[in-house]
Parts: sequence; structure tokens; C-alpha cells
Amino acid sequence: MASSTSAVASDKGLWDGGTSPMGVSYGKLMMWFFLLSDAFTFSALLITYGLVRSSHKAFTGHVSDFVFSQNYWPVPERVYEAVPFLHGVELPLVFVGIMTFILIMSSVTMVLAVEAGHRMDRKAVEKWMLWTILGGIAFLSCQAWEWMHFIHGSEAGSAVAEGTTFFGANLVHNQYGPPDFAAFFFFITGFHGFHVFSGVCLNFLIYFNTVTGLYQRRGHYEMVEKVGLYWHFVDLVWVFVFTFFYLV
Amino acid sequence: MDHLDENAHITVIPPNKEKIKKLWRVAGILGIVTAVEFVIAFTLPHGPGKTFLFVALTIVKAGYIVLEFMHLKYEVKILFWSILIPMIFVVWMLVAFVYEGMAISVVR
Repeated sequence: MASSTSAVASDKGLWDGGTSPMGVSYGKLMMWFFLLSDAFTFSALLITYGLVRSSHKAFTGHVSDFVFSQNYWPVPERVYEAVPFLHGVELPLVFVGIMTFILIMSSVTMVLAVEAGHRMDRKAVEKWMLWTILGGIAFLSCQAWEWMHFIHGSEAGSAVAEGTTFFGANLVHNQYGPPDFAAFFFFITGFHGFHVFSGVCLNFLIYFNTVTGLYQRRGHYEMVEKVGLYWHFVDLVWVFVFTFFYLV
Repeated sequence: MDHLDENAHITVIPPNKEKIKKLWRVAGILGIVTAVEFVIAFTLPHGPGKTFLFVALTIVKAGYIVLEFMHLKYEVKILFWSILIPMIFVVWMLVAFVYEGMAISVVR
């Protein structure tokens, strides 16, 4: 076997076939390039956000004096300050922080599932995949609550035109700031949330195939690695969304 | 008994404690950096310096996720660079468009 491989390699160069020049399987390589293209899509969304936000006036006063207005871009920490079951308590960014923590933890359990797959430890893969799925569902539930709160709005409301009070947000108006603000919230967190949702579906598929012993029969757990790459990417995107949308 | 036969020829390798400890250490770093970002958000005044700090900490987090969790650090060099080099264009695009946006706000 070894001699036949070297025979192929000797009369053909590294890029002439017969070997994998990038040292990974076809599937894994394509997953990497898909993620690169996906990174371009998310970058486009975040960069457009940067363009539109920097073309609007910024609020210049002290954060504690901030009020919602159509005239300047809102300060994010004054928009996202609600936490479930703590009605009326101002806890800026705490809920988003919890969501970030959940996603990081599910990334850790995913990498532990991949590690277990390398050792052919079916029971451990099952355990860690379940935790990862649970983390994904927890994140999606948090996001559902956050969207609900964002759409319904706070008691304060704000005037979108003279003599009106508008509560919450839709794609045309929102109480927090210029219309673009809510549009970007829906598109960026929505597009990311959709990725989390597809990630949970893929994770479940992997879990199902592990439980039925498909990968054991196949002799390797490479599918766990490929879907793991996707899941880490979802976490990676959230790290950027967290900074550019919620912190800055 | 099919199930047993299936498992008979599979040898489960025991976990490498060192490797797993390293993964949890990376997780700890990610958690700590997020906590630091949180503290900065409520202590430092708004301004370019704060934004720069946030971006720097985000790149640290992204680095740990891509290099350790996604294992890119241990892949062949050509794969490593074919993923990283295209991202340079993204960084340029970000700088160019934010600059453009600030120019628009002046004109408005």
C-alpha cells in the first residue's frame, strides 16, 4: 500500500492529483471554503451596518442622559437592558452577555465531541453532541425572547412623527432611533439566528447518525468535525456581532 | 446481538487529559475576555480608544476560536493562508466603508 502511494507521488507533483495538497479531506476543505464565503456575507452585513451607522449622527451627551430619538443613532446599552422575569429592572447588556456565554459553552462541548470522535468513543460523542444541541436551543430561545421584547418595545415609547407615540419596532418605524437601526437588528441577528437554527438541525443529524452507529460502521467520525467547523463559525460570527452591534 | 458484534472490533482510545485540559483553558480565556469587555463597556467613556480596545479583544477571541477550536493552527500552511489572506480584503472594506460613512455624515 505504502509503495503504491509513493509510486503515484513520485511521477506526479503535489498538485497533479493522487494526493491531498492541503492535507485535509475534500469534505473538510469544502467546508472551510464555504465558511470563508459565509464570512464574506456576514462581513458585508456588518460593514454596511458600519457605513450606515457612521453616516448618522451619534449621541454626544452622557449615557445616563440618553433618550430615544429619531435624530441620532441609539446607544446600544440603553436599548438592550431587559432580562426575562426582571421587569422594569435596568440591566444593560446582561442578557446578551448570557447569550454569548451560552454560545461559547456550546462551542466547547462541540470541540469535546470532536475530540471524542477521534478516539472512536461513541458514548462520549453522544453526550457532548446532546449538550451542544441543548446550548443551541437555549441560545435560540433567548433570541426569541429578545426579538419579542424588541418588537413590543418598552413603556417609554417615542415619537416617530409629531404628535405620535410609537412602541417597539418594525421594518418601517421603531422607538429606539432611525428606521435603519431596527432593520439592521432584524437582518443581522436574524441571519445569525438562522445559522444557529440550521446548526442545531445539522447537530441533531450528527447526533442521530452517531446513536444509530453509522459513523462507527464507517470507521471514523469526520462528519462530527465538519459540522463542528460550522458550529464554531456560528460562535465566531456571534463574537463579532456582540462587539459591533451591542458593545461599540 | 448485532450491536455487540459491531462494537467488538472498535477500540476506544482513553481520553488525553492534557488535550482536554487545554480545550477548557481556551474556553476559560474566551469567558474572561468577554467579562473584561463587559467591564470596559461600563467603565471607560465612549470614544475611538474604547472602540479600538473592543476590536482588539474581539480579534483575540476570534483568534482562539479559529486557531484552537477550528484547529486551523495545526493545518497545512497553504490551507491556513488561503483562509486568512482573503480576510485582508474584508478588513480593508470595513475601513473604507466606515470612512465613507463618516464623510456622508459631514455632507448631510
